[in-house]
Formats: sequence, structure tokens, C-alpha cells
Amino acid sequence: MKLKSLLIAATALTVSVPAAFAEDMTIVSWGGAYSASQNNAYHKPYMAMNPDVNIINDESSNEAVAKLRAMNEAGNVTWDVVDVVASDAIRLCDEGLAVEIDPDKDLAPAPDGTPASEDFGDLLVSECFIPQIVYSTTFGYRTDKVGDEPPTDICAVFDTEKYPGKRSLEKRPINNVEWALLCDGVAKEDIYDVLSTPEGVDRALAKLDTIKDDVIWWSAGAETPQLLADGEVVMGSTYNGRLFSVIEEQDQPVAMLWDAQVFDLDGWIIPAGLPEDRLKRAMDYIYFATDTQRLADQAKYISYGPARKSSAPLVGKHADLGIEMAPHMPTDPNNAKNTFLYNYEWWADNRDDLDAKFQAWLTQ
Amino acid sequence: MTDTAETSPVLTTRDGVPLKVSIARATRRQKLRAFLLVTPLLLFILITFTAPIADMLYRSVENDIVSETLPETVVALEVWDEGSGEIPNEDVFAALARDLKIAAEEKTHTRLGSRLNYENPGMSSLFRKTGRRVKRMDEGNYTEQFIDIDEDWGTPKTWQVIKQFSSPVTAGYFLAAVDAERTPEDGLGFKESDERIYLFLFWRTMLLSVTITVMCILLGYPIAFLLSNLPMRTSNLLMILVLLPFWTSLLVRTSAWKVLLQQQGVINDTLVWVGLVADDSRLQLINNQTGTVIAMTHILLPFMILPLFSVMKTISPTYMRAAKSMGASDWYAFWRVYFPQTVPGIGAGSILVFILSIGYYITPELVGGTSGIFISNRIAYHISSSLNWGLAAALGVILLTVVLVLYWLYDRIVGIDNVKLG
Amino acid sequence: MASALPPYASAGQRAWFYSFRVICGLIFFFLIFPVLIIIPLSFNAEDFFTFTPKMLALDPEGYSLKHYRDFFTNPDWQSAMWNSFSIAPVATLFATAFGTLAAIGLSQSNMPFRSAVMALLISPMIVPLIISAAGMYFFYSRIGLQGTYMGVVLAHAALGTPFVIITVTATLVGFDQSLVRAAANLGADPVTTFFKVQMPLILPGVVSGALFAFITSFDEVVVVLFLGSAAQKTLPWQMFTGLREQISPTILAVATLLVAISIALLTTLELLRRRSERLRGMTPG
Repeated sequence: MKLKSLLIAATALTVSVPAAFAEDMTIVSWGGAYSASQNNAYHKPYMAMNPDVNIINDESSNEAVAKLRAMNEAGNVTWDVVDVVASDAIRLCDEGLAVEIDPDKDLAPAPDGTPASEDFGDLLVSECFIPQIVYSTTFGYRTDKVGDEPPTDICAVFDTEKYPGKRSLEKRPINNVEWALLCDGVAKEDIYDVLSTPEGVDRALAKLDTIKDDVIWWSAGAETPQLLADGEVVMGSTYNGRLFSVIEEQDQPVAMLWDAQVFDLDGWIIPAGLPEDRLKRAMDYIYFATDTQRLADQAKYISYGPARKSSAPLVGKHADLGIEMAPHMPTDPNNAKNTFLYNYEWWADNRDDLDAKFQAWLTQ
Repeated sequence: MTDTAETSPVLTTRDGVPLKVSIARATRRQKLRAFLLVTPLLLFILITFTAPIADMLYRSVENDIVSETLPETVVALEVWDEGSGEIPNEDVFAALARDLKIAAEEKTHTRLGSRLNYENPGMSSLFRKTGRRVKRMDEGNYTEQFIDIDEDWGTPKTWQVIKQFSSPVTAGYFLAAVDAERTPEDGLGFKESDERIYLFLFWRTMLLSVTITVMCILLGYPIAFLLSNLPMRTSNLLMILVLLPFWTSLLVRTSAWKVLLQQQGVINDTLVWVGLVADDSRLQLINNQTGTVIAMTHILLPFMILPLFSVMKTISPTYMRAAKSMGASDWYAFWRVYFPQTVPGIGAGSILVFILSIGYYITPELVGGTSGIFISNRIAYHISSSLNWGLAAALGVILLTVVLVLYWLYDRIVGIDNVKLG
Repeated sequence: MASALPPYASAGQRAWFYSFRVICGLIFFFLIFPVLIIIPLSFNAEDFFTFTPKMLALDPEGYSLKHYRDFFTNPDWQSAMWNSFSIAPVATLFATAFGTLAAIGLSQSNMPFRSAVMALLISPMIVPLIISAAGMYFFYSRIGLQGTYMGVVLAHAALGTPFVIITVTATLVGFDQSLVRAAANLGADPVTTFFKVQMPLILPGVVSGALFAFITSFDEVVVVLFLGSAAQKTLPWQMFTGLREQISPTILAVATLLVAISIALLTTLELLRRRSERLRGMTPG
């Protein structure tokens, strides 16, 4: 009896109270500055407009695919809207874990009436994916540790003679093998053809071998900024928004190396298997949060490019720092002189295989 | 004895029941009561712990996705000779068209594609692409239509993979877990050397665990010896120095090591300050095997000291004195008289440390970098990143087998009843 | 040889005696130093993980409570703490209740299949956490417990029971069964016997088992990492993500608080051990 009442008491305490007044909607994202930007640009105005909705933030986007699969097996999906990168969206779609979207019906048209499918254009890389931002994986370097000639092209990463010191690279093959081939003399348009052959993979790994001893491998986006700030590395790859905050907000002696930045997309998916009313609410939120103005608003808080063409002209100044945000966008013409768009389809097929090879190479 | 028992009259209790029967009944009742006391926990553990492990065993061989998604194709493929070097006939392609139409309707074809992609890269996009177009397929001449969508349908390899994995259970995950694969000739072989990783990781996990165990013996033995030979009051006081780390959160100790070992950390700072190391050539103590070995030795050391201590405490000092009084040197007396008596303690501590060490995940993940990670880290990766749950389960089963063998050994040598805490 | 040096010891023995003590001192230093070093560092006024010149000069300006303030005001850490304290006690309750009963059953001489059952019940302590976590993740997904409060509690309870069994069994080893028979002889029913005779004697074992179960759940990170959702994010989990991602010295403040908790638990255990030995007529050490 005692045990039972204790149990009931304990469970009752963990159930959140506001549920009595408003419906909870769980939105999953990446946490940190990124979640904060979404909170300011989307969640707050949405909750102001819909007082009956209470948004709960869950910072589990890292494990989103695995957790959604587990929820789906259990038949108990507790998430309403999930922020994922495009490649994860493709996988979720493949596994039947995300709802397919009809852009022109489910998403807002641009202010001038252009349908959403045109406004987003090529960025709609999967039937389930609702693009939100364009970000890039690129390099930052310590301005005080590169001598008189700061690096201007990507191959500086592989040039340990001119730029001695550690570099940080992501602990996975994606991007690294492309950069390696690019600096090994492969033309940009041939990279995936070369990578499709075993010799091509060997060639990329051989190029990476030349700097293997100088690399610190990261698995979370915050590591490179920390390593740069601590002076543990001289240059390192990470997401451009993280570098922005090291340079502009924390005022560290770090600069951007935009050359051969790899564009990637991040956006929303809606999990499959939601009950009707929650699905409707999630759709309503998506319709609001991905309209032209909202996407432009997000760029006030973080330096990621809005996914709609129509949002670009509306991008303004940073909300706290008051600096123009446009020059910090990866999509800005000055930064995007030499960019690389990674091939989702190719990686969806070869990810596991190449990852095994990459890990085998790493452990040797 | 037996004679007297047979000749004497049968003893009975007051109610006339023979004593033997009565005792047997009482014993049975006691047995039942003892068992009933254990039952709640037994059920609890069976449901919350053993069932999950059994489920993992099942996941490591489960493979009904192919036969469920492509039922007709699997049947039609039975007559195809996979060694023929030719693609299957039109019947198979027709069956595939029927199966895929249903699968595309239910959106299960892409799931099958990602499953088969583990075995053969390219299957994922093949199924995705085909699923999109299969709805618009015309009647008849399916072979041509499929090859028209993607020429991979015209290569025997694609079909070999489908046929190979069409049975509801597979050894495929276990093969992958030991870097092996099936060759087209229906034999077994190792993967290309640049794709072999798991055997190496198992090997490294073992090697690092042995290193850690040896380190623990080297550091733990003197401490246990000292503690068991000091007066009770002093040894109890010093015991706190062993027990406090033991009771401190694993994460706390790991973060402490991170703070100490990093290049801008306390140890490197001190070495630079003392002048032993130049500022620009600070030691790399973390994110490699050194980091893993140091941190894990520290974390597991109490598990070595405590069993050693409890063995050493029971060794009477008179043996040593006797040996010495008969002319043995200190070292000789220790090595020939004392040390052999501590071997059971070393065995117990070593197995315990080794068992705990080969399954570690958190510490290698945080301080191991790429060269100091264990097989557990790979299991975690396959659960949460690559989503290859079957492979994760197979790796887990192999690791579990190793641990259970050691557990059994431990039980034989020490007895689980004798495990003590603190 | 180690306890005291006899007056007739040779120079070599003397040298060995002292160098052995120095070696032991160094090993003790290795054991305790990492735990203690975080305490001063957690009062660092800067956002560094190392001693600043000001700290070394013992300048009060080099020290501050800001990382503690951060811990007590940051909602992430606060909810993590709250989650830890709402999961661990319930898991402890389950583990202690089931574990104590089972230990009593197991220590009766005529328990059938004793060693097999014991081996099974102890196994959660032996099976590597990553394997328990993987299995539970797969299985709890199937039955809908993944990502729920109950799922984490049940998992933690399962991991904690071996400790309860071990500690309670240990106190029962010295338990005189004739006391139970005497109680029964005097007319006490089994329940009364249990609470009036057995319980007071095995109580130290039960409490220390409960402490072990509590700390198992409170420190556990692997299982909760897989089984939990954001609503079950515990302190160790938050520390784990913190160490891997946004490395902030707040972690050291949390670590220091956790060390304080460990010291409290350790003291409680030691007192219990003495009490238990006194009750069983042994001289306390």
C-alpha cells in the first residue's frame, strides 16, 4: 500500500503541470544557439498566436533517427516536429518514419505568390523534408598562428609544412574524402565518380594519411570552436554558424576559410504515426514556421542562410550585435565563390560501406 | 547405523505421522517458502533484464524483412541458380513487379533497400528509384522494364544478395561482426583488408583490458599489502582513500582526467612550468590509448584492491616469520611463502577488472580519441548512428559471450557468493 | 615488514621499507588526486579548466562561485538534477524491496537451484552496461517503455538489485537462524518474526544495499542515454553531453557537489558497518 502510494506520488510529480491549460507540442532540435534562434524566430511568435499550444524543446536531434525508429516500433511517437539534416530526413523517409509533404499544399507560398515548391527549389531533396536553412561545413583558422600568409584555399589543410600544427576534422568520411580528392587534383565534378571506385577511396584515404598524425577528430560541432579558442588546433572544420559565434560573439583570433565549403541543408520532418489532431497541429506549426518572414527572422540570431529564395532580401542585422548578417551567410556571393554541394543520393548508398573503410583506416 | 534404524520402530510425531514424512514435508514447505521469497525478483529480472538480452540475441539473426516485403519474388527465386552467372528469368521479374507495387503502396520498399544496403552498397537507391517507377509499369516484359529503370537489375550480384538474405534468419550480422562475408561460390571469406575492423577492435579491446588489468595488479598489490599489514585504525583511515574514488561518480572521475590530461591541462602546465617539457611540445596524454589506460586504471583500481585486501587480511603473519626464522631472505620469504597465498586474490581481482574493462563505454568515448576506443563504442555507434541494429546486436552477443565465460570462471574460482562490497 | 621496522633491520631493509612507503604514497596520490583536484578548480573565476596565475597566487579575485551560480540557475542543469532525484529513489525502492526478499530466500539452506538463481540475479552487475543498454533499448522499444520514466526506473532497479542481494546476504551469513525458531517458539507469526527479529539485524545490510542501488542509478549514464528521452535527462547524462560538446567549468562545480554526496554516503556506510559489527558481537574496527 505504502509502496503504491509512493509510486503514484512519484509519477504524479514528474508529469508536467501546464498540460491542464495548453496542449504540449514537442519540438526536437539541436540545442544551443541553434535552438535559441528557433525559439526566438518561431516558437515564441507561434505560442503568442496560439495560446492553447505549449511548445516543449527536446534537444535530441543527434539521435533523432534511432529514437524515431524505436518510437515507431513501440507505436508510441512522442515527438511532434523534428529538426534533422537532409541526409537523416532521406533515411527517415526511406524507413517510412516521416510523413510525406506536398510543398504546394502544406507550405506557405512566397509573399508574391510563388508556390513553395519553386521558392525552395532544389532544396526539397526528399518527399518528407521541409528545408529551413542552408549551412555549410567549412574551416576556421587561428589568425595568430598562420604566419604572414593566411590560408586562402582548402588545400592549406593538407599543407602541414606551410601551416604546421594540429587540425580538427570530423570523425566521419563525409566531406573529408571529398576535400582530400579535391586537393589531390581531382576535378570537382568527377569526385563522386572517382569515389565510386575502390581505388578512388584508397586515393582519398592516402591523401588523408599525409596529415593523419596532425588531426584531432571531432564528433560534436562545438569541439572545433573550443579547440580553436584554446589554441589546441591551428585550423579546423565545423559548421559555419559555430565559427561565427567564436569570431563575432566571443571575439577570438579566428577567421573563416570559406574555400570549398560544403553546403548542407537542415530542416523539419514530421514523424509518421501521429494521431490526427497532433498531425494537424504539427502541420499548422510547419506552415507558420517555414514562411518567408519567419525564415528571414531566424537569420537575425544565427548565421545560417534561409532556405527560401524569397527570404534572402529580408535578412537584416544581428539581434544583439547589430551587425549586418548577410556577409556572414554561407550563401553570400563573396563567401560562395567556390562551394561544394554534397551528393545525398550517393552518400545514402555508400555511407555504411565507406564508413567501415574510414573507421578501419582510422584504427590502423 | 543403518541396522539400528531398520530394527528400531518408526519414529512418529505426536499426530502419528512418521517423522521422516513430517521432516520431508517441512523441508518441502521451507523450500517453497524460500523459493517464493525469491520469485518476485526472479520474475522482475527475467522481464526487465533477461528478456531484453534474449531479444538482442534474436535481433542478431532476425531477417524476415526480405521474405515479408517480397514474398512472391522469394518463392520465384528458389529455382534460380545463383552460381549460373545469369540473371533470373521473366517470372521472377514479374513477381518482383507485383511485390514492389504492394511494397511501394505501403512504403516498405525503401526500408528493405536500407536493410540490403548493409550487404551491398547501392541497394538503397536502387529500391528507392524502382519504387517510384514501379507503379507506372506496363504489363509484360518486366525484365526489360526493370533494367531500364536501373541496370543493376541486370547484374547477377543484385539477385544473389536478395536470394542470400531471403531466409527469415541470417548469419549475416555475425559474419559482418567478424569481418567475414559470403563469397559468390557459397563459401566464406574475410572482407577486403581495408574493410576489416571488428576483429581488430575486439583484439584491441582485449589488449587494452589486459594492460589495464596488469596496471591494476601492479598498483593495487602494494596498496593491498600495506593496508592488510598496518594496524586496523591506520588501515581503516587509509582505506578511505581507496573507497572515496570508488564511490565517486564515474563521470566526475572522467572529467577530472580530462582536466588533468589535456594539452592545456594541469599535468602539461605543471611539466612546462617545471621545465621538463617545452611549451610547444606538450605531451599528448588524452584522446589516445594513453588517456584510456590511465583513466580506466584509476577507475578500476579499487576493484583490484578490495578483493586483494580481503585475501591478504586472512594470511597469518606467522608463515612469513617462520620462513625467515629458518633463514629465508625477505624477498625469498615473500615470493615463496606469502605471494602464492595471494594468488586467489589476484585472480579474483583480475577477472573482475577485466570483465568490467572490456565492456566500458563512457570513459573510452570521452578520453579515448580514435585509437583508444573499445568495441562498445562501435556497438553504440551502430545503435544510434548507423541504425544497423542487427550488427550492433551481433557484436553485443559476441562480447556478452566473452563476459559470460569469464563470469563462469570467476564463479568457479571465487564463487559469486563471496563477492564483497567495500 | 610493512607495519613497523624492527630495530635490528639492516640498511637495505631500511631503504626498502621507506621506498615501499613512498611508492604506496604515490599510488594513494594517484587514487585521490583526480578526485580532489576538481574541487579548487570548480571555484575558478575564469572559464578555464586549469589553474590561472591568480589562483596560484591565492588571490581571492581568482576564485568565484560563478560556476555554482550557473548550476543553480541554468534550467538544463536544474531539470537534470530534478530528474536524477526523481528516478534514483524510486529505482532504489524497487531494487531494495525485491532484493531483500530474494536475499532472505537465497540464504536459506534449502533453497532449490540456489547457485543458478544467484548467478542469474547477480548478472546485471556483470553484463557490460552497453549490452544491457542495447538489449533494453531494443526490447523496451517493442513494449513501449523506451523513452519513458517507468522504463528508466525499471532498468535502473534491475541494475541495482545485485548490490542489495550481495550486501543483505552478507549480513545474513552471520545471522543465527535459531533466533527465528526461538521467536516462532514464543508464538510470533512469520511476519512479526521478520519485522521484530530479522529486520533489525539485517537492516544495516539493507540500508547499505539501498545506498549502493541509489548510487548505481544516480551515477548511471549508459542505459539512460539509450532508454531515456529528454524528460529523463539525468545529471550524469548532462555531464556526458557537456564533456563531449560544450565543455564548461560548470561540470566541475557539479562534480564537486557529487563528491560531497559520495563522502556523505561513504560516511553513512562506514557507520552502518560499525553498527552491524557491534550488533553481531564483533569488535568494531
